Amino acid sequence: MHKFANPTFFMKIANGIFPWATGISILCFAVGLPLALIISPPDYQQGDTVRIMYVHVPAAWMGLMVYGVMAASSAVFLIWRHTIAHLVARASAPIGAVFTALCLVTGMLWGEPMWGTWWVWDARLTSMLILFFLYLGYIALGDSFEDQERGDKAAALLALVGSVNLPIVHFSVEWWNTLHQPAIFGLKGFSVNAAMLQPLLLMVAAFQFYYIAVLVIRLRAELLSAKIRTARFNLAAAE
Amino acid sequence: MTRKRRRLYFVGLGLLGLFSATALMLTAVEDNIVFFFSPTELKARTVAPEQRMRVGGLVEEGSVNKSGGTVRFTVTDTVESLTIQYNGILPDLFREGQGIVAEGRMGRDGVFLANDVLAKHDETYMPPEVADALKKSGNWHPEGATAQAAEAKPATTSN
Repeated sequence: MHKFANPTFFMKIANGIFPWATGISILCFAVGLPLALIISPPDYQQGDTVRIMYVHVPAAWMGLMVYGVMAASSAVFLIWRHTIAHLVARASAPIGAVFTALCLVTGMLWGEPMWGTWWVWDARLTSMLILFFLYLGYIALGDSFEDQERGDKAAALLALVGSVNLPIVHFSVEWWNTLHQPAIFGLKGFSVNAAMLQPLLLMVAAFQFYYIAVLVIRLRAELLSAKIRTARFNLAAAE
Repeated sequence: MTRKRRRLYFVGLGLLGLFSATALMLTAVEDNIVFFFSPTELKARTVAPEQRMRVGGLVEEGSVNKSGGTVRFTVTDTVESLTIQYNGILPDLFREGQGIVAEGRMGRDGVFLANDVLAKHDETYMPPEVADALKKSGNWHPEGATAQAAEAKPATTSN
């Protein structure tokens, strides 16, 4: 398993995946967006406002999933000191932050007409906002040390500690009374009609592959900047 | 023991401790995390007359009474119910049988005086034709059914 830790080998695989991920993502967006925003039926209660769900739900899942990837990579980095794992976490953070922000904004746009309020401090909304702040904290902390290596470790530790929030976000709607509705995917299956489920799943796939594609692009940049740092360091040492 | 092995145990134990500590903490402050109380939960608590809080439940069928700008209605969790008085604009989703959350305080006569009423939405999504077909065939389970289950067994609300 540790041969994946070799950056050259890892990037070879990542670069191989990249065109496929990009293609599938574009295809899913091209089919899913018109289906979700125009063709799919309105909801019996929400009317056309239901269309916000097709962006909101995938964005929320990605916000959680990307943080999970970030925390797992950070654990691998802290334990086995594989630099590539840290770079995956570092490259994921801004993407996850944007997904989470998208979830929060679309949620507010939906809440205003449906609930009658933009925002309430219930367990689901609050824990999701904390998730967003964890992303921001991770991004800020990694670059705030004079010594890059110490910054890397501090950020990885924060990502790991923040993972305690993931089950809270997910189960908040079951553990406590919240204004937010429970999950649409549960033990008993889907509570979404098939005509709405189809575009939703397409959008989920589109978001997933979008993440993979952008992750590869960001990883390339992270690897290059790591190389530049090492080269600068060697140059300074030689002088 | 290698350094890697030691770090693995350290991270594992650290996370275990962190997760347990958080679980204990959240259990301890549960009352502050819940967004609203059901009428049954409210009855079990002693409430100061001016204490601000939120109550939630289903709007009872036929209980909505509008006079001027003031609305009076009853919310229920099917065990207990509570009369709410509200002066203001109701959200679009407000209707009989719908779940709502009201923010305000208990009046002295046992009527809850709301400053704000929010509509709760459940997790079922379907086109209007499907909703009509379900109603016609008698398979319609209005929000009451799912919300009742939710009130009775909070651990299994997700479906």
